[in-house]
Amino acid sequence: MSNLLREVCRRPLGIASLVTLVALYLGALLAGFIAVRPVNQQDLEHTYHPPTRITWHDGGLAVQVYRVVDRSGPAYEPVPGEYRRLHLFAPGFDYKLLGLLPLQRHLLQPADTDTVFYPLGSDSTGRCVFSRLVYGSRVSLTIGLIGITITMALGLLVGGLSGYFGGKIDFFAMRGVEFLMAVPSLYLLLALRSVLAPRFSSDQMFIVIVIILSLIGWAGAARVLRGMSLSIRRTQFVLAAECMGQGPLGILRLHILPNLASYLLVAATLSIPGYILGEAALSFLGLGIAEPASSWGLMLSQAQNIKIFMLNFWWLLTPGLAIFVTVIAFNLLGDVLRDVVDPRMKTQ
Amino acid sequence: MIAFILRRLLTLVPLLLAVTLLVFVLMTLAPGDFLTPIKMQRDVPAGLIEQLENDFGLNQPWYVQYARWLGNVVQLDFGYSWSFKVPVVDLIGQRLFATFLLSLFSMLLAWLVAVPLGVLAAIYKDSIFDRISSFLAYAALSVPEFFLALLAVYLAARTGWFPLGGATSIEHDFLPLGAQIVDRAYHLVLPVIVLGIGGVAGLMRVMRANFLDAIRADYVQTARAKGVPEGWVMFKHVLRNAINPLISSLGFAFSGLLSGSLVVEIVMNYPGLGNLIYQAFLREDQFVVLASILLSCVMLVIGNLLADLCLAWSDPRIRLENQDS
Repeated sequence: MSNLLREVCRRPLGIASLVTLVALYLGALLAGFIAVRPVNQQDLEHTYHPPTRITWHDGGLAVQVYRVVDRSGPAYEPVPGEYRRLHLFAPGFDYKLLGLLPLQRHLLQPADTDTVFYPLGSDSTGRCVFSRLVYGSRVSLTIGLIGITITMALGLLVGGLSGYFGGKIDFFAMRGVEFLMAVPSLYLLLALRSVLAPRFSSDQMFIVIVIILSLIGWAGAARVLRGMSLSIRRTQFVLAAECMGQGPLGILRLHILPNLASYLLVAATLSIPGYILGEAALSFLGLGIAEPASSWGLMLSQAQNIKIFMLNFWWLLTPGLAIFVTVIAFNLLGDVLRDVVDPRMKTQ
Repeated sequence: MIAFILRRLLTLVPLLLAVTLLVFVLMTLAPGDFLTPIKMQRDVPAGLIEQLENDFGLNQPWYVQYARWLGNVVQLDFGYSWSFKVPVVDLIGQRLFATFLLSLFSMLLAWLVAVPLGVLAAIYKDSIFDRISSFLAYAALSVPEFFLALLAVYLAARTGWFPLGGATSIEHDFLPLGAQIVDRAYHLVLPVIVLGIGGVAGLMRVMRANFLDAIRADYVQTARAKGVPEGWVMFKHVLRNAINPLISSLGFAFSGLLSGSLVVEIVMNYPGLGNLIYQAFLREDQFVVLASILLSCVMLVIGNLLADLCLAWSDPRIRLENQDS
């Protein structure tokens, strides 16, 4: 395992994607510390505020002051020469670090509480886009990990067992898998969503989405894993274990699983983007995470407003960039892992 | 050959039964039905609701509803849309054309751009062109489709070069035929590009990899050794072998022809099939949902069949009859 990590770090793309992902996950973990405002604090006086510029002024960090030019737009312009002081590790709103430790300190806070400070602008109700982005990353970043765990566990169980036993179990399991793969996933997704969603409250939607995405995804994994366990089953060490009277579950866990581990690792890394994109698309269509929770797809769906296009409120599209960076980091890491684990699997 | 095709088509029957049954059960399990919004209104008399329920057959248990629907479908009667009050076949027919145009052109775009780009990237491997195009393909595969669509709408709104949505402009019906075609094409530009970009990136990567594999083959060396000109080697020998896997992907593309564009259609407000199905699902307009699921399952199976047939046609080494065993 540490060997693998060392190999990944030797490659520039590997280390770049690894650093990006670690930074993203740290950000999600320490969301309260990094955010500048509570995730749902509205400020109707400052809707659609542009990102406030942070500069070095008077021997300290400072934020540019803006004034309203046109209330109807609304349009703002910077007031030349006027700045407000920002402090590092300054007290701000209350939050719980890692959900446990009650704290007030934040990475960056204005010295006066009435200072307008939006690192990435504000949305239609004056909420801080940056803070929502940081909090929203929790949904987008964990959904892939949880989803892929469920998918791989199901796939391994069904695929591994049917590959091991063969015969009738294999036949029925594979017909089931083929059936799931034949149903257009989009309709399955919509239908499952309409069944599950009303049974959960809106803050449990996260669970619903994970369940839906993994229920759709496991069939493909099961098929591949079945093929692999079928070929491993014929090897001598499995036959030997069988002769010595080891049970099927033991063989699956001790002999077949370790041989599938490298494939599982690569496949999992390369499948995570699918979950991130799936959640984003669902939330974007209004079928996923709902207000007041925050997620990148949800934020983008609120950017779908002709006013935003016409008046060039580009900062509301930053969640798209965040999704892009996350997905590309996972894809790169997956490719590098694949190169390390099995150079022959390399296609490009 | 014909036996193979027939056998493949026969597998459609249990598949369609199972899929429609599954969706039917799921839709019944979901709370509420098409009449729920009407029941919520206080000024609708109870008698009317009862009558509507009776008309739609919603007061029957689900298996009776399913059996009735199945009985009608066997007689090629797909029912009518509850929300649009027109036969489902007509409704889908109207939208089918729009989605078909969109998918067809984005596929054409993907092929026409991706194949030459992939070939060039493979011939000039590790050149600056190869690096840039590989990077762009990588990036294109990582952008969510709906975000691209959103950016396209943003571009249209900022510059005014393209229409903001729809398939035709308001005055479309009053224009002469030539202008109507131009109008449609003008509205198609942005959706086609948005849908095509993902296809270009995916196809290009596959094309490049296949071409690189084929270049190393022995018959290429032989061809060069006997003095065949380099361009002839590339196009007559390498390309024809490298393009095989792509031809089978053409069949798969066919299966996604009608359902692949849902998100883009919704964001860009394009009146296609995806948009219709999405709305029908939200309103629980049963017959529209079931008919469109039938349609896309059939497309999926036919698409896979086409993929196998295309591959057998382009590569004589593949025998269809042995594939099932």
